[in-house]
Amino acid sequence: MRRESPAAPGDAPGGRARRAFRRGILLVVVLALAAVPLIDVPTGGVLPDRLNAPGSLQVLGLCLVFGALAMTYDLLFGFTGLLSFGHALFFAAGAYTFAIAVTVLHLSGPAAFGLTLVFALVLPLMVGAVSLRTSGIAFAMVTLAFAQAGAVIVGQDPWHATGGELGLGMSYARLPQFLVGVVNTRYLYWIGLGLLIVVAGVIAWMRESVTGRVWQAIRENERRVQILGLRPYTFKLLAFMAASFLATMCGVAYLLLVGGTNPSIASAEFTLTLLVMVVLGGAGTRWGALIGGVLYSFLDQRLAGMAGSSLFSTLPSPLRVPLSQPLFILGLIFILVILFRPAGIASLFGSNGTSTHPLRRWRRWLGARRKHVPRPTR
Amino acid sequence: MSTIALLAITGVGLGGLYFLVAAGLALIFGLMRVLNFAHGTFLLLGGYCAWLAGAQLAGGAASVSNLQFVAMLGVALAAGAAIGALTELVLIRPLYRREVAQVLVTVGLALVVGALVIGIWGADPRTLPAPEWMHRTTRVLGAHVPNSRFVLIGAALLVLAGLQLFLRRTRYGLIVRAGVENRTMVSAMGVDVRRAFTLVFALGGAMAGLGGALAGVYFGAVSPGLGTTLLIDALIVVVIGGLGSITGAALAALAVGLLQQFANYYISGIGDLAIVSLLALVLLIRPRGMLGSPT
Repeated sequence: MRRESPAAPGDAPGGRARRAFRRGILLVVVLALAAVPLIDVPTGGVLPDRLNAPGSLQVLGLCLVFGALAMTYDLLFGFTGLLSFGHALFFAAGAYTFAIAVTVLHLSGPAAFGLTLVFALVLPLMVGAVSLRTSGIAFAMVTLAFAQAGAVIVGQDPWHATGGELGLGMSYARLPQFLVGVVNTRYLYWIGLGLLIVVAGVIAWMRESVTGRVWQAIRENERRVQILGLRPYTFKLLAFMAASFLATMCGVAYLLLVGGTNPSIASAEFTLTLLVMVVLGGAGTRWGALIGGVLYSFLDQRLAGMAGSSLFSTLPSPLRVPLSQPLFILGLIFILVILFRPAGIASLFGSNGTSTHPLRRWRRWLGARRKHVPRPTR
Repeated sequence: MSTIALLAITGVGLGGLYFLVAAGLALIFGLMRVLNFAHGTFLLLGGYCAWLAGAQLAGGAASVSNLQFVAMLGVALAAGAAIGALTELVLIRPLYRREVAQVLVTVGLALVVGALVIGIWGADPRTLPAPEWMHRTTRVLGAHVPNSRFVLIGAALLVLAGLQLFLRRTRYGLIVRAGVENRTMVSAMGVDVRRAFTLVFALGGAMAGLGGALAGVYFGAVSPGLGTTLLIDALIVVVIGGLGSITGAALAALAVGLLQQFANYYISGIGDLAIVSLLALVLLIRPRGMLGSPT
């Protein structure tokens, strides 16, 4: 008998039929996403090319990878309540370790992946063990310091391995054939999709587990967890390692999709971007982080392209200049979401459990409006 | 000897720059418990306003008179104060008592303004005009020290003195200091703390704006990345000094500036890494920073 997660009481009354219905929808969505590289339809400028062209598949694949990455960050921030400013470190560690292993150390694909796996376990253990000795703002700052150290090493390249400011192009000589070449972008897309499914599955499983419940309890009240006889430190370290390990895997998928590394993925700004994705979608909700990550990376990649279209050039410059900057629009949406929709975009669809069906909420809102009595004016 | 003198004076100059940015951050955090990620934005806009004013005054020349330079700094100061106050009134105030949301909204503002600056003025650095004598050097203990470093040190000392006077001698300074100690109690005494919030943001913004203009002099130009770079350094300074402590921020800025200069000289490019290690070290030994109060 599966118990319901305390974070999603919206599931509770539905029962088995509702859960089966949800699983059906999920299956259809996954199959549709998996079929994308086989469908040849025009996209009308939303994507750079036809739907199954390599350029479009790269954009979509990156969206999926960033969706997965946002979910791993949400595991820390939304579920366990750890505000880390160092998540970019692990993403960059995945991309850079694999790239260096293949390009500089001339390892074969599987050996490089093995090395990355080891690194993905050791690095979070070290960073987490040290930084979790602090909490709150201090924790945010220690993780920021570690991430900044990573960014400095990547950017200034003291050991001539990371390619410095230019990034590191990956050598494809020792990789399996199906990962090489523009024609094979569809396999990379499927790798991105597979990663997303694995990450989402692992996170869903963890959340339902006993450990996952303790994480949420820590988020709500750490002292009470301690009084109940559990060591929050161990559980927080576990959450930190799980999230960081998955983020490192996202870094490998990113590297394969892009074909090289870029020092900006190690920067503190990149972690802030993750924070924006998660909050935009809805922190601590089932699908919020995924929606936020996919939406953010899609807009980030495509707004500039769409801004170059003819429709845009007819606008007067006070409108055109800000609208041609993707980060301006994303930042603005972000601010508006925080001010007016604190639960994120996911709350619009009523999927965060705390709210009921959107139509019912709408009706309740209308009802509240009707009963609203104007205050006497002074 | 001359090398050490040069490194020490430029280090103190850099520390002065860090202090101008970090002081506002520390004040805002101390009073409101908000880590203001938009502080780099205030700095950026201050720098660009100084550049605009300088371009107007100098008419394209590379140097301005002393009076014109002071006017440029004044514009930066006023611009920083205005954007700071506006941020508090429009974005922070509606999120009263929701500290995480307040931090997030400042992150959003930093994104928006950063993108806007690139959109309007482009990604290239813009050269800031300065008085002729500022490009020359002065001999101190055999070292040729650029004069702009002395300007930074002087400005930081002036701001530090002014800030201490304000905090210790005026009524609003008293409210701010009391608010840092215990905000709830100050409200309970019938004082409108929220007016102090706006004031602190305006003050922090003014210092950051001034810091932006002076950073433009220090680096020779203003560029869109200026805000984020200095913000991270300033955050590190504030945490080392102890969140909320002005004196701590001043001491930490000095330490960080000196450490960065010396480390960079002896092992090229290691300066940033040295600061980060210092931060990790301080946090592990004393998580609340040098002079931070226990929370």
